[in-house]
This record gives sequence, structure tokens and C-alpha cells, in this order.
Amino acid sequence: MGAIDVAGKSIEVDEDGYLLNLGDWSKDAAEVLAKGEGIPLTEAHWEVVNFLRDYYDEYKIAPMIRILTKEIGKKLGKEKGNTKYLYELYPGGPAKQACKIAGLPKPTGCV
Amino acid sequence: MAKPIFDIPNLDEALKTPAVKKGASAHLKIHPAQPPLMEKLGFPPALVEGWQKKAVEKLGELKEKYKSLKLFMEVCVKCGSCADKCHYYLGTSDPNNMPVGRQELMRKVYRKNFTVGGALFGKLANAEEMDEETLKEWSTYFYQCSQCRRCSVFCPFGIDTAEITMAAREIMDSIGAGHKYSVEIIGKVHDVGNNLGIPKPALQSTLDFLEEDVKEATGADVKFPLDQEGADVLFITPSADFFSSPHVDSLVGYAKVFHAAGIGFTFSSHASEFANFGMFVGNYDQMKKISERIVQAARDLKVKRIIVGECGHAWRVAYSFWETLNGPFDFLDVKKPMHVCEFTHDLIKKGALTFDKTANDEFTVTYHDSCNVARASRMGDAPGGQFEIPREILRAVCNKYVEMPDAVNRQKTFCCGGGGGLLTDELMELRVKGAAAKTSALKTVMQEKGVNTMAMICAICKAQFSKVLPYYEIPMETVAGIHQLVSNAIRLGEK
Repeated sequence: MGAIDVAGKSIEVDEDGYLLNLGDWSKDAAEVLAKGEGIPLTEAHWEVVNFLRDYYDEYKIAPMIRILTKEIGKKLGKEKGNTKYLYELYPGGPAKQACKIAGLPKPTGCV
Repeated sequence: MAKPIFDIPNLDEALKTPAVKKGASAHLKIHPAQPPLMEKLGFPPALVEGWQKKAVEKLGELKEKYKSLKLFMEVCVKCGSCADKCHYYLGTSDPNNMPVGRQELMRKVYRKNFTVGGALFGKLANAEEMDEETLKEWSTYFYQCSQCRRCSVFCPFGIDTAEITMAAREIMDSIGAGHKYSVEIIGKVHDVGNNLGIPKPALQSTLDFLEEDVKEATGADVKFPLDQEGADVLFITPSADFFSSPHVDSLVGYAKVFHAAGIGFTFSSHASEFANFGMFVGNYDQMKKISERIVQAARDLKVKRIIVGECGHAWRVAYSFWETLNGPFDFLDVKKPMHVCEFTHDLIKKGALTFDKTANDEFTVTYHDSCNVARASRMGDAPGGQFEIPREILRAVCNKYVEMPDAVNRQKTFCCGGGGGLLTDELMELRVKGAAAKTSALKTVMQEKGVNTMAMICAICKAQFSKVLPYYEIPMETVAGIHQLVSNAIRLGEK
């Protein structure tokens, strides 16, 4: 367990750096989490983060990767609607790394 | 891929026996399971008072309950046959990752407490108490074994380190020292029905999405039904198939096979997981409770058959344990669970499926035998069916299929490096190093035979190789499920 500093406020994270309390997420928190991963957040990164958060809000789980890729394809152009592009954005994997920055829990299981 | 902070093994040397480096992987630690996660499974929340004595008592209980464990503790003659057979030893050079070294961590406690020589002569007889140092070693090295059983193939006595590892983990759980990864996941199965924690509305929306997606791609009305009472078949698959890539491509393949064969099936929201991590923690009560959901769903949905998807260890659980733990299965037409490869293979033999093999012509395919399928189960009616049935399917759907070298194939296959409850990020260094042995074989057939695709039937293998192959500069797209290749080639609506 540890904590990250977001605009002077300490926020708890788990052993892998995921937010412990989903309510602690903010755009500033995302920036801090992304910095920890070495990722400068561009507009394309935010498209992923926003979609993950909206989906999680409705379903209490991150979307299947293929749902995410299709959505990104719709938003950013068909040539970007694939896993390869998502790995370009999030080299640590769209599921784990993007979920972390979006403030979602870490996906568990054979993933 | 994140930048590695450790040395990546040289694949050209990966199958050579390395010089011993004591403590080389002692720094690789698991995340402990927090108290609420432990309590959910009925384990003590934290290390109990008097844990040293309680651990020994538990070992005493297990050696009586499982005669195999007692035998494995007593029959080793230190011949060394196993020493260079573990992928984690080859990858880390740590002698505690030699199967005999790993076994010794338990054996020294066994000798001290259950043999006369050990009790009398202590360290002189290689006997030691269960103490803090020993527990530290256990909680390190029993989480550097993927329970793949490769060493047991080469042991003249058939000592199975997997069973020793399972017992060690069960003992540690019983004194309040658990591993977060498996313990958290088992809790999610009890709460939600699957490892990922996908609730029913999310599962429904995922399956609806796939129906639309496949319709768009093929024009065919391939169905992905959920909780459909009276369907012929209950289909149980690892929940990674509902989430990850390339896993989902095999899920699409299963549905296309049912569609083409005209056989009705359903998924279940109650039993939305085939994986059974009860095996990884060595706990038969947990194993039983997890698979009980499947039996319940089969009865509630009044199906005639249970068919299971591409998952290695769960096939071991289904094939070897379901009958004992959850049986009898006399309410099913075939009286036992059926692997999806058996199902597809039978349909191919009957001529019920049509393929356009050229759809896979861009792929030169090899097959990775997953350890729990290869060494802990069977398929079909003939011995060796677990090796031949997947290969016959691949040859039926691909024009270009080649074998990996015999030394690492079929029952001698190496683990992907992420099995047995080790597919967790804090063990990434171990996973990358443990994958070197099999990856070196893959690289050989890539260079010599132009292979660009490695097919497999295990969700863990798929996730692990997708993650670690890029460390060896092999693209993650090399990984494929068998039913993903079936999906590419199958002709829908034609017989």
C-alpha cells in the first residue's frame, strides 16, 4: 500500500499503484498516475480514459478490449480501432495501464 | 511494453543448464492477501499466533490425507534428474527453483517433525524447524512454481512438485499467509461468478456486442445466448474470453462452431467462469465450491451437456476432479464434461463443418501444449488424445502447420511461465525469465520454419505470452487460440 500526492492531497493506492477509493479520482489524479507510468496524456489518451470511466460507471467493470478498440475506432478513425494502436498509447496494456490512469480497479484473472 | 529493470535471458542459451546462483530470485516477492480477502475464503486474516506449530500440524494432517504427499516427502534419492527440468531454474539459475531444491524446503520441515533421524540430528540430517526463515523461503519459492509437472515426467519416482507446492500453499493459507492474486480472484468468483468480477449486465452487453460485431463481419446471425433455459449445451469458458484479446477471438470461434453445427447452447451468468483457482491454492473445498456453481447452472438451465472452453488448469480440474468433488454427472448425456476441442473435432470427423483453409494462409502455425492439458488430463477416447485432437483441428483449418522440437513438445512441453497462480504483475521478472525456455523453442521454429503464429488452448498461456513475448522482440500477435483459427476458416451456413 502507498499513496500519491495530487495537488497537495495524499491519495491512497494499492500495491500496484491503483487507486484504493475510486471516488478519489480527478483529472489531476489521472495526470499524476500517468506521469508515474511515464505517459504524457494527449487527447487520444483522454478518449480512452473517458470511455473507460463512462463504461465503468454503467457496468461496474472495465469493458472488453474489443469494445474499447471499436469505440476508439469510432472516435478517432477506423485505422486506430485496434489493439496495436491502444498499445502505442498505453505500452503497459490498455486494460491494466489505462485502467490505472482512469482510476478503475486492476482487472483480475487470466488477463 | 514497460522498460525492463532486469536482465532478459538470451534465448540461444535458454535451454542450457545454467551455473547455480544462490538466491538469484530471492527478491521476487508476492503481494500478501489483505485480511478481508483472506476472511472471505475462511482463512485466518493474518499470521496466527503459534503459526510455526500450526503449520507443522497442517503438514502432518496433509501427509495423512494425501498419501502421495507422504510418499513424495520420503522417496527422493537426490538423483538430480529433475535439476535442469524446471523453466524457472533455467531462467533464474536459483537452486531453490530446481524441483529437488523446492521440494527440500518442505522436506527439511518434514524430516524434523516426522522422521526419527531428523528429530534426533537436526541440521546434520538436513532437518529444520518451521521458523521465520523457512516461511520466508516457502512464501518466495512456492510462488515460483507454476505447478506444471514437467519435473515429474523426468523423476524416476514420479515425484510431483505441483502437489508439494499446492500443499505448501494450503499450509500457508491455513496459518494466515496467503497470496493476494489467487485469494482475491477466488473471492470474486464467490461474489460475482467469475475471476474478473463481470456482473450480469456487463456480461449481457458484452455478448450483445459480439453478436453485432460478428454479424457485421460475416453477415451471419451467430448467437451468444445467456441464461437460456432448455438449451442443449451449457458452455463454460474462462472469463478472460469475455475480456481479453486474443481470447475473445476463440470465444467467437466457439459460437461459430455451434452455429454451423446447428446446436443450441447457452452461457450462464451464475457460472461465468471455467478457471478454478482453488487448484492453485491447493484447497479442495474452494475447488469444489467454485465448480459447484457450474453444476448448479447446468441443473437450473436443464441442459444435456456441459462443454468447456480453452483453459488449461480448469480442464485438469474438470477432467480429474469434478466427478469426485461435484459428481455424479449422470444427468448429462455423456456423463462428464466435454472439452470444446473434443466437440469441434467430433464435428470435423463427422463432416459437419466446412472450412476454407486459405483464410489462414497468412499464418504458419505451431502448437504450444499447455502443461495442465498435456500432463494432467486427456481428451477423447484414445491415449494421447490431448496431444492429437488439438493438432488435428489445426491441420483441418490451416494449410501451414509445423511442430516444435520434440524435446519441448507434447508431455515434455515447457510452461508458458505464468501458470499456477503466478500470472501477476509483481512477478513479471519471474514470468519473463520463466518463459525463456518455451520462447526459445518458438524462436527456433520461427527462424527455421517461418512460424508466425503459436496456437494454444489456455487463457493463462495466451495472456502470459502476449505480455512476455515482446520482451524477446516477438510480437504479441503471434499468440492465437485454436478456435480463433477455427473462426477464421469456418464457413457459416454451408455444409
